[in-house]
Amino acid sequence: MKILVCISHVPDTTSKINFTEGDTKFDTNGVQFVINPNDEFGLTRAMWFKEKQGANVTVVNVGGPETEPTLRKALAIGADEAIRVNAEATDGAFVAKQLAKVAQDGGYDLIIAGRESIDYNGGMVPGMLATLTDANFVNTCIGLEVEGNEATAVREIDGGKETIQTSLPLVIGGQKGLVEESDLRIPNMRGIMMARKKQLTIVEPADASNETKAVKFEKPAPKGAVKLVSPDNLDELVSLLHNEAKVI
Amino acid sequence: MEIDLGTQMNFDYSETQQMVATSAKEFAEQNIRPHVMKWDESQEFPIEVFKKAGEMGFMGVLVPEEYGGSGLGYHEYIAIIEEIAKVDPSIGLSLAAHNSLCTNHILTFGNEEQKRKWLPKLATAEWIGAWGLTEHNTGSDAGGMNTTAVKDGDDWIINGAKNFITHGKSGDIAVVIVRTGEKGDSHGMTAFAIEMGTPGFSSGKKEDKLGMRASETAELVFDNCRVPDANRLGEVGDGFVQAMKVLDGGRISIGALSLGIAKGAYEAALKYSKERVQFGKPISSFQGISFKLADMATEIEASELLLHKAAFLKNTNRKVTTIGAMGKMYASEVCVKVANDAVQIHGGYGYTKDFPVEKFYRDSKLCTIGEGTTEIQKLVISRNILK
Repeated sequence: MKILVCISHVPDTTSKINFTEGDTKFDTNGVQFVINPNDEFGLTRAMWFKEKQGANVTVVNVGGPETEPTLRKALAIGADEAIRVNAEATDGAFVAKQLAKVAQDGGYDLIIAGRESIDYNGGMVPGMLATLTDANFVNTCIGLEVEGNEATAVREIDGGKETIQTSLPLVIGGQKGLVEESDLRIPNMRGIMMARKKQLTIVEPADASNETKAVKFEKPAPKGAVKLVSPDNLDELVSLLHNEAKVI
Repeated sequence: MEIDLGTQMNFDYSETQQMVATSAKEFAEQNIRPHVMKWDESQEFPIEVFKKAGEMGFMGVLVPEEYGGSGLGYHEYIAIIEEIAKVDPSIGLSLAAHNSLCTNHILTFGNEEQKRKWLPKLATAEWIGAWGLTEHNTGSDAGGMNTTAVKDGDDWIINGAKNFITHGKSGDIAVVIVRTGEKGDSHGMTAFAIEMGTPGFSSGKKEDKLGMRASETAELVFDNCRVPDANRLGEVGDGFVQAMKVLDGGRISIGALSLGIAKGAYEAALKYSKERVQFGKPISSFQGISFKLADMATEIEASELLLHKAAFLKNTNRKVTTIGAMGKMYASEVCVKVANDAVQIHGGYGYTKDFPVEKFYRDSKLCTIGEGTTEIQKLVISRNILK
């Protein structure tokens, strides 16, 4: 089985987020980048396919050279090869078209993308990618088994689960549940050294346009100071929660 | 302006080094952080963590891949010890002792057969390593040791005891330096690798320590312990010289450990100083605090540069004795001072176990003592610069 895992290069969840150029651009200054968590669950699931059933795993990212450490980490975790589409990831449609080109050129049976990236949270790419590659699509995927050409996928639905029978080629929008947090892997020293020798191919972007443009970003209002209420003063607490915090 | 790279010195971690450091950090956050205070209070040596560290490749960092190790150099080694020590110095100390003393002694001075026999076990943490030079009455004056090995046919009979040995109880193999010649003769000592379970070899008392409490420190006792000549590392009479060379590298270890402690304490103090409000302002806005932080940051930076210079010399097989001693001495004194100031910045809370700095304060003191006191480092440095 040939698996393509789409990897977004996103800020660490503990990063302080700021915008520049009149709140139109994300400020990457001093920000640590990681593999998008939804993608990391998918990558780990791909490793299980590789180890238990045999699979060749390629990771792909659309981004500049600064995203290579993130791809290299995926190689250190155990992916066989990596592809970087040398273009800035501007909008969902653009990224999906780039990934579709890579997917078609490589002839993958299974494409694992994260449900959404935790930076811009667009959530558009997996669906578009499935359409562009004419593959089946399961979103919010929390469980996946593949036997031959048949796939059984479990989807999270509001308050429950749905099990879907489908066939390859398949695109999933994966998330936690594909594997658990405790299953995620830290690259070991051998993996890191081996990753240096694995192929990281840089491909130039396919001709594609953006369909959207971000014109402004706004941050949530900063957290206010903590108000302490004496345990004897329940009325004040209720009043504050009702009138000020407006949560009850 | 374009800068000719040929005119530059590179102070950046490579992508690989950065990845190694991140892995060590994530490993420590997941496997060590949740248990730090429990292990400290109960003085428990958490052997399962070392087995996991073995899977990560942290137990044979410098051991070539052909012997089951990670085949990395000293810059990566510093990064690993530092990241682990930031979370728990005592685990950092045990990693340091395992890697740079026992394992490194066998790697550097063992013959091919010995390396094939022991290094794969040590590098994967199937076995934990100990190393013994110090005795009850001979610390800095190691040359005056009383433990002896006497040749008996093809074997050696060892009698005596080694003191303050990391992994003295849980170790599976110990490299010990014992006297085979005259007292005080630097060529009168020989190194042996002795496996646990060898008749006549046992562990004595486990020390109850101020800090570094999750790192086990105990006595090794030899009572007519018969060791085959095949366990001798290098030539008869070379043990002390070998030990000094092992300690050259060991100083980088303790320096890295010190650096991790200093960074851990500094980062905690920096965070606290921005959160703690007094007189209506965060205490970081008062010069009494901010100047302390400035000193801490500067001294940490200087320690780091000195240690990576020593690592660079070691990686390129050049003499590291002086710079290594400077790095160990400076970084260890800095970590004690930084840990002390970190407690001071925390005020009363720093004295409680609810904040991490009291532990850094206790753990830090080992660094100016272990593997050569600050005074001995001064002796080494002064002898070398006055040559």
